[in-house]
Amino acid sequence: MDIFLQQMVNGLTLGAVYAVVALGYTMVYGIIQLINFAHGEVVMIGAMVAFTVINLLAAGGLPPLAVVLVGTACAIPVCMLVSYTVERLAYRPLRRAPRLAPLITAIGASIILQHLAMLVWSRNVLAFPQIIPLKTFSFLGATVTGVQLAILGICAAIMCGLAGLVYRTRLGRSMRATAQNPQVAGLMGVDINRVIAATFVIGAGLAAVAGVMVGTYYGVAQYTMGSILGLKAFAAAVLGGIGNVPGAMVGGLLLGVVEALGAGYIGDITDLCRYGPLARAVGERCADGGHFVLFGSNYQDVFAFVVLILVLVFRPSGLLGERVGDRA
Amino acid sequence: MNRLALRLTVLAASLAVIGCGDKPADTKKTAEVKKGAPPPPSVEIKIGHVGPLTGGIAHLGKDNENGARMAIDEANAAKIKIDGKDAKFVFVPEDDQADPKVGTTVAQKLVDAKVAGVVGHLNSGTSIPASDIYNKAGIPVISGSATNPKLTEQGFKVQFRVVARDDQQGPAVANYLADIAKPKLVAVIDDATAYGEGLANEVEKSLKGANIQVLPREKGTDKTTDWKAVLTKLKGRNPDAVFYGGMDATGGPMLKQARELGIKAVFSFGDGACTDEMPKLAGAAADGLLCSQAGLPPQAADKKFLEAYKKAFKVDPIIYAPFTYDAANLLIEAMKKANSADPAKYLPELAKIDFKGATGQIAFDGKGDRKGAEITIFTMKAGKLEPTAIVKGGKSTPYAEFIGGAAAPAKDAAKK
Repeated sequence: MDIFLQQMVNGLTLGAVYAVVALGYTMVYGIIQLINFAHGEVVMIGAMVAFTVINLLAAGGLPPLAVVLVGTACAIPVCMLVSYTVERLAYRPLRRAPRLAPLITAIGASIILQHLAMLVWSRNVLAFPQIIPLKTFSFLGATVTGVQLAILGICAAIMCGLAGLVYRTRLGRSMRATAQNPQVAGLMGVDINRVIAATFVIGAGLAAVAGVMVGTYYGVAQYTMGSILGLKAFAAAVLGGIGNVPGAMVGGLLLGVVEALGAGYIGDITDLCRYGPLARAVGERCADGGHFVLFGSNYQDVFAFVVLILVLVFRPSGLLGERVGDRA
Repeated sequence: MNRLALRLTVLAASLAVIGCGDKPADTKKTAEVKKGAPPPPSVEIKIGHVGPLTGGIAHLGKDNENGARMAIDEANAAKIKIDGKDAKFVFVPEDDQADPKVGTTVAQKLVDAKVAGVVGHLNSGTSIPASDIYNKAGIPVISGSATNPKLTEQGFKVQFRVVARDDQQGPAVANYLADIAKPKLVAVIDDATAYGEGLANEVEKSLKGANIQVLPREKGTDKTTDWKAVLTKLKGRNPDAVFYGGMDATGGPMLKQARELGIKAVFSFGDGACTDEMPKLAGAAADGLLCSQAGLPPQAADKKFLEAYKKAFKVDPIIYAPFTYDAANLLIEAMKKANSADPAKYLPELAKIDFKGATGQIAFDGKGDRKGAEITIFTMKAGKLEPTAIVKGGKSTPYAEFIGGAAAPAKDAAKK
């Protein structure tokens, strides 16, 4: 039971990060129906900038928390600038083009960002300085680290803040109006380009925070880290219903848990030696407490995409997305 | 509007292509000098090197490349004459990205470029598929770091290696682990690559031979950074020791996360994760790690080599540079002996070579494996890898004793 709980804790931490990244996908999709494939790279750039700053300050004797906060504070504006630039150069000129064109530039922008990061930060795996002291808490037999608690807390705060922004502020109202009908919103005096740019910039800020969280959680960053993270967050956004802000949160958390439990238990479930007739078919490999595992935990990354396919086949509008079916 | 859009799309696409295309490949094309009617004063001999220069283990690839490059530079400085002509060695470095698919592509590229010999590849996973291409072309290839037994078990006459094999390294680390940690239950994890899985298999076999219980194999990939799910599962089984067959870029996060989860087992890694990067990647969690390296530690290599390397590249060798240095020198030595750079002519010389290299005496057995290859066991102490024992021919010697005994020949080598 404590092992199950531990896997849940792992999954929720991972899921919280997916959720924050997925918010960036879903906000942009909700407004201009563009899948911003460069978003994962923005997360990577956030992690890289934070790495550089934290590395510079680590020796300075500042309290670790302050170092990480300064790192995040530097990563956020850089990511916002990158995302704004991509929107301005790669997406805005294509606003009236067929849907496929901006999708392709998004992939192009993603490759460009990845390779720029490779030129700046080298191809090596960068090790985050291990400055945060390891604090662990025991919770019903599961071990929770301070970093995990911080990630969960920050993600919860971000989600509440974003919900407040979208549903309670003037900018949020403009965003929802633009999402419903850009032309009419424009006629009503909403500056659509500004709203869209703001959406990209907010998503990039979230991506920067996610990048710092991933970096400090795993302790490593590399220029390729954004692509798989981005794809999984995209799967999370689709799972929740792309274009739907609460959906991205639910989808992210759910995907994280599915992944952790899947990776944790798939080996046991697909161990043929556990099943009498199959064990006899496999023969001697099961003898004397042996095992014949069909799928090991290296299939961890597959779960996100299995979920993506299942959702697209059986519920294309996602768990919470009701209005997107006709657009996707 | 649409024209602008199109132009931007094309621009983005072409930039992407440029971005993908940057390879540190040496594309200098020089006319092949063949034995023609007027005997040319010099002969150009191309020697290829393959290792990952991009990706998670690019630092190891660069280290390997530096070793081979140094041997070539020294050979050029020594003004060697082959078949009465001045030999001009040309170094052709290639990047295989540690990817088997790219590995075969660059192998073909080297064959097409008519290299006389190849040093590489770094990984077993790329070396094995590439070896078939070199074999068909009859080009000798010496790996300084690929340890999977399969590489030399294919019966290819052109394939050699100067490091120990996993079936020597695996038992060495497993026996040492069994002696020191005396575990009852061991978990074995691998990264699902030819190297990681091969090494893990050998360790598992030896542990089982020593009547130690082994948990069902857990797997990650060579890009896994999140090991929490696997480690949590292991925590439930409470093993006394964990062995991981994989590289440092994935092993570091694994070790860190294991300690975060409160797993107290002794961790032991193979040579791919036995590097100075470990304390950076895992922080304080790296302390107490046991790991093995095929061959001797870089600091036990020939002093002259170490000084020259440091002078040439401003860094210390990471692991395998002394081996790739020796591998390149072996090719050159065999060419000198055969008085020819024709692979068909110098290959027999290479097979029966007996050469004193930076890593000790080198001779090959019938399969192309190095005779009497050593394996070193390290322990991580306060962020530094300290050699604790040398295993040779199944016998373990404490490191201090080994160095004491080997001091005399090392001095001889320095004089030479």
